[in-house]
Amino acid sequence: MSQAAQIKSVQFESVPSIEIDYMELDNIIANEFNNDKENLIMILQAIQRRYNFLPRPALAYLSTKLDVPYSQIYGVATFYSTFSLEPRGRNIISICLGTACHVRGGERVREKIEGALNLCDGETTEDQRFTLETVRCIGCCSLGPVIKINEDTHGHISSDQVEKILDPYE
Amino acid sequence: MKIQSVKDLEQIRQDYSQRLYYPEAVKVNIGMASCGIAAGAKASFDKAIQEFPNGNGIDISQTGCIGFCEVEPLVEILGPGKPRVMYKNITEDKILETIQDYNENKFNKKWILGQMRDPRSLLEDDIENPLAGVTPLEEIPFLEEIPFYHKQVKIALRNCGYIDPDSIEEFIAKDGYFAFLKALHDMEPKEIIQQVKASGLRGRGGGGFPAGIKWETCARHNGDRYIICNADEGDPGAYMDRSILEGDPHSVLEGMLIAALGIGSNQGFIYVRNEYPLAVKRLVSAIKAAVKYGLLGDNIAGSDFNFNIKISTGAGAFVCGESTALMASLEGQVGRPRAKYVHTVEKGFRQNPSNLNNVETYANVPAILLKGADNFAKMGTTHSKGTKVFSLVGKIKNTGLVEVPMGISLKDIVFDIGGGVPRKKKFKAVQTGGPSGGCIPEQFLNLGVDFDELTKVGSIMGSGGMIVMDQDTCMVDIARYFLDFLKEESCGQCNPCREGITAMLDILTDICTGNGKEGDIELLEELGMMIQKFSLCGLGTSAPNPVLTTILYFRDEYEAHIKDKKCPSGVCKPLFHYEIDEEACNGCTLCAKRCPEEAITGEKKAPHEMEQEKCIKCGICYDACKFDAVLIK
Repeated sequence: MSQAAQIKSVQFESVPSIEIDYMELDNIIANEFNNDKENLIMILQAIQRRYNFLPRPALAYLSTKLDVPYSQIYGVATFYSTFSLEPRGRNIISICLGTACHVRGGERVREKIEGALNLCDGETTEDQRFTLETVRCIGCCSLGPVIKINEDTHGHISSDQVEKILDPYE
Repeated sequence: MKIQSVKDLEQIRQDYSQRLYYPEAVKVNIGMASCGIAAGAKASFDKAIQEFPNGNGIDISQTGCIGFCEVEPLVEILGPGKPRVMYKNITEDKILETIQDYNENKFNKKWILGQMRDPRSLLEDDIENPLAGVTPLEEIPFLEEIPFYHKQVKIALRNCGYIDPDSIEEFIAKDGYFAFLKALHDMEPKEIIQQVKASGLRGRGGGGFPAGIKWETCARHNGDRYIICNADEGDPGAYMDRSILEGDPHSVLEGMLIAALGIGSNQGFIYVRNEYPLAVKRLVSAIKAAVKYGLLGDNIAGSDFNFNIKISTGAGAFVCGESTALMASLEGQVGRPRAKYVHTVEKGFRQNPSNLNNVETYANVPAILLKGADNFAKMGTTHSKGTKVFSLVGKIKNTGLVEVPMGISLKDIVFDIGGGVPRKKKFKAVQTGGPSGGCIPEQFLNLGVDFDELTKVGSIMGSGGMIVMDQDTCMVDIARYFLDFLKEESCGQCNPCREGITAMLDILTDICTGNGKEGDIELLEELGMMIQKFSLCGLGTSAPNPVLTTILYFRDEYEAHIKDKKCPSGVCKPLFHYEIDEEACNGCTLCAKRCPEEAITGEKKAPHEMEQEKCIKCGICYDACKFDAVLIK
């Protein structure tokens, strides 16, 4: 994590926590995933889908519900790259840096996006509009270099198109 | 309806063959795998459905990917008594006109990829070629005559692009689940394993371990045995597993069912990558359909055999492709590999005997049982049988998925099938095996591709990614790229991998930024050897491969970076600059218009000039120039 991102994460911890709907959380843990520890990763994914990140109170609650130590949940949440313990932006830019995109100039596209939004990999813009994440291959190699914004895939990107592509996402 | 016997399957096959081969109305199959959708297939599909909502003599359907990603969206149209035609690049604006074109028998050559000679897969030799009585179109090539398809033999991909992945009936119409029922009713577990052994099938996920031997060992150990499918396809540049799951999910389920019969298991798991949402969706739908037909669940096909499959999604960790890490992750834990003194076939998931194969391996199994092990073993080389799917990507004209018999030369794959490097650039290397593999230079282009031959030249088969690189790819940068990837993905528990990769990456970053020193190459080799020898799992032991092979075959590039402080390929920014060749530049002004920094100036039809202080080396001018007038210095 870059220094800037570390500073941000400290700031976020002091942000008042968002409201957690524990009834809904119960429903996810018990009904969708049978209170089963083995489903921990999928439960975390469901929580992240709901809140766009993993709120710490939800993780603490999950720990008691599943009878899994909080440290283990924290370990899982930080080991896997999908999970974010910080609030993410309204739009997620996933820039593919698989080998095919890399040799076709994906790195230049990344530099351009980082410059245009003034952030680095894993960071969120101050206005919460964008979060930039790098992914390794989304399997659309014929379209490389590829970026995915939310669910939209944009292929054959050249760095001079970046601003035009980002524009419509508010 | 619950299927009880082969007779029930045969009935469905008869009913749905009609839909596949002899439609009553014009049928439009739109290739809707992730790659097709990203290229615009979904928009085309929506437009077509909107125009023909209730049929009106036109039936719109989805299929998986037929492999030729470069010309997607691909749309196939067939009609009663008419040839089957594959159209290319059919985006939203062209779809209605394409359907009209077919309806009115105009067959605009510009839009057509080719026509089908025989739509049947390898397995269906018991039915007649449905196109036998149809007069083919003149002057339009058959798909098999197109270089991209000419040398391909499809076994694992046999149904991808031919059936609707959400329709179990269409899968059955293409001989689906026949192999499983044969195994269930007519074969002893030992016979099943014997067949897989005799076929010589080796694991398609990377290691290349013989599948039959793995099954046999797993069956020998007592406990609740598990059948696990590794669909955590993490090698960047490889996407054949995604394509199979999105285009033909039932073939994987059938392969797992057969493995369960052979090994004696009642529970299966599919560990699928979270980055593949469509694959997950189609798997869920496939499992539901199989349960509905009584092909999964309890008392399958009226027997006392029970088998369930659960889908688990990964969460973005490359190391989880390693068997022990994958099983830890399945248990809801951090995906850290363990030492394999005791193999997972003895103690794996939940400390029970677990058989892990990947998607492509399972997809091959039904074909082996149905067509016979000999038929499979006939193809390939002495120690690598059958076919292998490769994803041909990078600097290549025909990007796509190709399935070829083992032993075919790299040259055939890259130049005949792939069409070579675009824009008249010079071929430099092909990278196989993902981050665990290596870069193979031009001198080995005649190498027959199989597990052992690739290992001999320092690379590996891996899961089948083939990334083609041209003169503009810097081999030092590629080595740095893979180490950067592996540094992120190393689980961090063993020193050689965690610290070793970081140390190698630091040296490579120095070299790429112009701070390389004499002796760096030797130090990289020494570190590489250490990491290979002492790392805990496959990620670490293979991590130095990209560096060691590039040093072996492209030492001059390393030396240029270190001694001359030059990056000959124009990738490492501190080590080169662009110049405009006054003689080659004809003043077309294209580069000046595109330059985001206004660093290029000049009059129309006069040679342009570049201001080095303003240039950010973004490469836009280099890519834009059609006259090779922008030079790397």
